[in-house]
Amino acid sequence: MTFNDILLMRHELLLTAVMLLVLIVDLFATGNNRKLIIPLALVMFLIITVVGFLPAQYGKLFGGMYETSGTTILMKNVLNIAVFIIFLQSVAWLKLEENKQKLAEYFVLILSTLIGMNLMISSGDFLMLYIGLETATIPLAALAAYTHHQTKSAEAGIKLILSSALSSGIMLYGISMVYGTTGSVSFTEVALNWANAPLQMLAFLFFFAGMAFKISLVPFHLWTADVYEGAPVNVTSYLSVVSKGSAAFVLMLVLFRVFPSIVDHWQKVLYAIAVLTMTIGNLFALRQQNLKRFLAFSSIAQAGFILLGIIGASSLGMTTVIFFVLAYVFTNLAAFGVLSAISAATGKENMADYNGLYQTNPRLSLLLMLAMFSLAGIPPVAGFFGKFFLFTSAASKGFYWLVFIAVVNATISLYYYLLPVKAMFINKNENPIPSFRSDFYTKAGLLLAAAGTLAIGMLSIGYEYIASFSFGLQ
Amino acid sequence: MMTQGIPLYYFLIISTLMFFIGVFGFLTRRNLITMLMSIELVLNSVNINFVAFNSYLVPHRMQGQFFSLIVIAVAAAEAAVAIAIIINIYRNFRSIETDKVNEMKY
Repeated sequence: MTFNDILLMRHELLLTAVMLLVLIVDLFATGNNRKLIIPLALVMFLIITVVGFLPAQYGKLFGGMYETSGTTILMKNVLNIAVFIIFLQSVAWLKLEENKQKLAEYFVLILSTLIGMNLMISSGDFLMLYIGLETATIPLAALAAYTHHQTKSAEAGIKLILSSALSSGIMLYGISMVYGTTGSVSFTEVALNWANAPLQMLAFLFFFAGMAFKISLVPFHLWTADVYEGAPVNVTSYLSVVSKGSAAFVLMLVLFRVFPSIVDHWQKVLYAIAVLTMTIGNLFALRQQNLKRFLAFSSIAQAGFILLGIIGASSLGMTTVIFFVLAYVFTNLAAFGVLSAISAATGKENMADYNGLYQTNPRLSLLLMLAMFSLAGIPPVAGFFGKFFLFTSAASKGFYWLVFIAVVNATISLYYYLLPVKAMFINKNENPIPSFRSDFYTKAGLLLAAAGTLAIGMLSIGYEYIASFSFGLQ
Repeated sequence: MMTQGIPLYYFLIISTLMFFIGVFGFLTRRNLITMLMSIELVLNSVNINFVAFNSYLVPHRMQGQFFSLIVIAVAAAEAAVAIAIIINIYRNFRSIETDKVNEMKY
């Protein structure tokens, strides 16, 4: 193994280095010095994000367990951008008195889950996939229980760890059956030895259930709303953007690489799950009062839309999925950024508290309105083109009824996405949230998210770039 | 060989039983620690599967053995985090029954 081989793991190694650095600095930090960890982590992570875009070599490591290609590096870069914006947005919350002692933990835990997600995306066999999945999940439970004096936060943590442990157990059982029927756990060998035996179909369903849990597809979504509500806002935005996006990437890669011979079967599964996920996510979002819970159900519905890109099993589908996740990153982080700024300043998270927000905080209200329009898919913002491309890719493979159901669902979603907008601009309120000033980091994070939402919507930045790395089955 | 004369499906019956006992326990038990124990049953049934498949079907390669080793290690990490959270739950709620830990619903 030469130095060049090690450089293939550039993303993971850099993340590990920064994680250890933050951990060591935290050991020696005392009192007010601890605040310096924030700019340190931010600058280091910005460097990682930029370095991630430099040209890289592609190849395999550890006997094919670890692989990089243009596609995986692109996916990791999308995740890096998202995490950088989340870090910026969480500074105001980390500077609160109650979090001062443990702010380094936040960075260390997020970075270690990110390493897990990168490993998962780069995995070339089921063993690496499993290790990545668990590295991505276990620290998330600790993050969800981060504010440990709050009962809701502890409840979110236990709900996340128990249900994710059971779902990964079910997924492992599926993998063990794959191993028993094909005699290998490496992706290429499993795909080669696949024989369409009934046991293998069962194994596929078990495996799919485990992944569907991570993306919170219906009927594996029951943990989502509770965990999103209980966890701190910034952890929720991480869960809904980065965790979900990475799991969608991995599901797509595995379906394309390991299960190409049963494409007809998994298309049927995805069809049913996509319809269920969009519809149920939407219907439950209609009646939510807590904004975090509201965004949880909205993100379930969005996950249903992502399946429309995967189901075609085409190169166009992969492009649209990555593009949609990129648009979703900026859009959802704009929404969560406003939520986290308001939550850090006032601690309020209910829709009724937002009544009359436009009078006191016009800029935040406009930004949240932009995000809601983008989530609903109103042109010319990012969400519209994300959805439009997904529908195109599904329709090009002949899934007209699925696209029709998706369009109906997008129309229903318009109603509830406009509810917060109505609350902010139209509803009267005697004592609205007072006007407050955000610090530099929050402003930068919100600006980045807004700029991304607008730029992707108006210019479709990066579509050709993403398309050049995509591959499909047919 | 120690396993001489024992057919493979004996192991599979045991592991399938363990798996479903684990899932059943997870769904019916109301104590967080017991739910954690049920998950351990599920994971151990997977380990039996891997080791049995390995030694019967592909004895010249060790992938299954390594997989079960890693599963054991990860299960330990998972239990550590889960128990830390359960202790925290106990401090907040003075109970580790799931009926008490249900502030958020629907």
